[in-house]
Amino acid sequence: MGKLEDYAQITGRDVIEHLYQLAERLKGIKIVHVNSTREGGGVAEILKNLVPLMQELGIDTHWEIITGEPEFYQCTKNMHNALQGRQVNISEPLIKVYEEINQRNAEVLCKELEEADIVFIHDPQPAALIKFCFNRRGKWIWRCHIDISKPFRPVWKYLKNFIIGYDASIFHLPDFVQPLPHPQFLIPPSIDPLGEKNIELSQEEIQAVYEQFGIDLKKPVVLQVSRFDRFKDPVGVIQAYKLAKKFVPSLQLVLAGGGAQDDPEGAMVLEEVRAFAEDDPNIHVLFLPAHAHRTINALQRGATIVLQKSIREGFGLTVTEAMWKGKPVIGGDTGGIRLQVVYSHTGFLVNTPEGAALRIRYLLRHPEKRKEMGEKARRYVLENFLITRHLRDYLTLMVSLIYGVEERIELG
Amino acid sequence: MEEIKPFEVKDCAFISIATGIRAQTLRELRDKLSSVHPGSIYYHFWGRLLLPRFEESEYNNDFAAWVYRQLQDPILAERLAVIDPSDFSDIEDLRQELIDLIEERLDELEYIPWAKSDHQFHFIRAQIVVFDTHHRIEDPKELASVVPNMTLGSIFYHFIDARRRTPEGVDDFRSWLISFGDKYDDLCSQLAEIDPYFTTLSVLRDKLTEVFQTYFKEEN
Repeated sequence: MGKLEDYAQITGRDVIEHLYQLAERLKGIKIVHVNSTREGGGVAEILKNLVPLMQELGIDTHWEIITGEPEFYQCTKNMHNALQGRQVNISEPLIKVYEEINQRNAEVLCKELEEADIVFIHDPQPAALIKFCFNRRGKWIWRCHIDISKPFRPVWKYLKNFIIGYDASIFHLPDFVQPLPHPQFLIPPSIDPLGEKNIELSQEEIQAVYEQFGIDLKKPVVLQVSRFDRFKDPVGVIQAYKLAKKFVPSLQLVLAGGGAQDDPEGAMVLEEVRAFAEDDPNIHVLFLPAHAHRTINALQRGATIVLQKSIREGFGLTVTEAMWKGKPVIGGDTGGIRLQVVYSHTGFLVNTPEGAALRIRYLLRHPEKRKEMGEKARRYVLENFLITRHLRDYLTLMVSLIYGVEERIELG
Repeated sequence: MEEIKPFEVKDCAFISIATGIRAQTLRELRDKLSSVHPGSIYYHFWGRLLLPRFEESEYNNDFAAWVYRQLQDPILAERLAVIDPSDFSDIEDLRQELIDLIEERLDELEYIPWAKSDHQFHFIRAQIVVFDTHHRIEDPKELASVVPNMTLGSIFYHFIDARRRTPEGVDDFRSWLISFGDKYDDLCSQLAEIDPYFTTLSVLRDKLTEVFQTYFKEEN
């Protein structure tokens, strides 16, 4: 029995049947996904789930990664920051490294990419591959996972030179769309309810994880799970905790996250966070390995409230994960968090540490509201943000690209 | 008598496409509405039902919701919310109705309401992929067992999308049942009572299931 059958237990049989029907129209095509890491970060996680499911549906799907030296990742991290709005000028030598690494990877991957019917290039790191694959047969799609609603213009202007060569692009939200000469599809990401990070866990296992880190589950726990990245505002989370703690002295804060192979800034931010925590024994800063999915799952399930106080956020899969576990989320009023946190229904949107502190206090004082919001949050994820919906969107997009660009495509 | 064709169960999937067109003020909304792709108007009334949205939405179209939440104009929001798109045989008539209501409101106001720059109205359109499931219903009684197992795409296609495809502007179920003469008039009346606006497609499927199962149980 394939994994899709397991999803039917959660989503209903009709959802899986729908996927098979769509996939039937894509038999015989070859798809390749390309990104820059197999471990760490939301993109790798999505591909790890999505690619096997596409294969199970009978679609010939491959996943390739590009590799590079530290300078390359420094350049793409700068690019990432600039696209999310930070004024970062990237030096000429780094730009040269970016293009050289893409060229070198293209030499390895070109044959496979040129033969594919559909190529998905994820994020800016491999975006320049298109420049070095001249005999492209299929459709090339740039999949952007970050918030580029207000990019630092010089960097976007540079990257755009590559993006305009694509046949289409995909963004999470309409807010992120930039003027481009091709169709721009909108597909929010998703979580895998059967993955290690989201499967049901026993209370004993949750308890054991909390004990391992010396966190008391009998006292309230506020949790933020995210990479140590300034856009996730971990320092703002500590500020919110300190403000709320005056009113809830037993409060504990857990900041849990890891690094990604393509994120060289993580260690620096982690040090800043530790310094700001000032050895408060109730602040637990956990630097976890990329494969610690089950630990994160347990932390999310044991938390009283989950925070995602980002100031920029492509989507915020940690928000989706927490909501799936029936937790209300206090999220930064930005990007994809807005699509998930419905104010006063599934959580609260906040703009400042003060706002976050206020909502922490409110939710801690109203357990019935936490329960109600948590239930709504889980239902909302079930209907909108599971991997089966994501897969459906990809299949629909591919049918759309292959069969035409009419508003309505009728297939027999 | 002409032979009645079986009901062809179809399914559909939606993919959203950004038009790149945005509005930040009420006047911009009116201006952009006058030229935006007709598929975008369809999307903001109907397509939203197939896409991520919160079940307890107060307004049944995106224009009304944006005017209420971002422009904070409850009066215009209420006027826009009352529009039933199936009353309009042509999307251009629906477009004109929207523009007329906004212009009327602009005349009433002393200033132009505006939204914050990161809360603009984004015009989106959709591509709809329709495919035949090759499932056929010969006898209306089968609806009681087939509808509960239909995908949400099928529910959307037959119960919502149909309203702009069928000559009578009704859903496919009624359109088919009418071909049996007046035999199913009572059932058609019950289907007409189902308001597709304020709910999710899964709740809609449950309501349709209830109507068909109750009706055919009583008939037996």
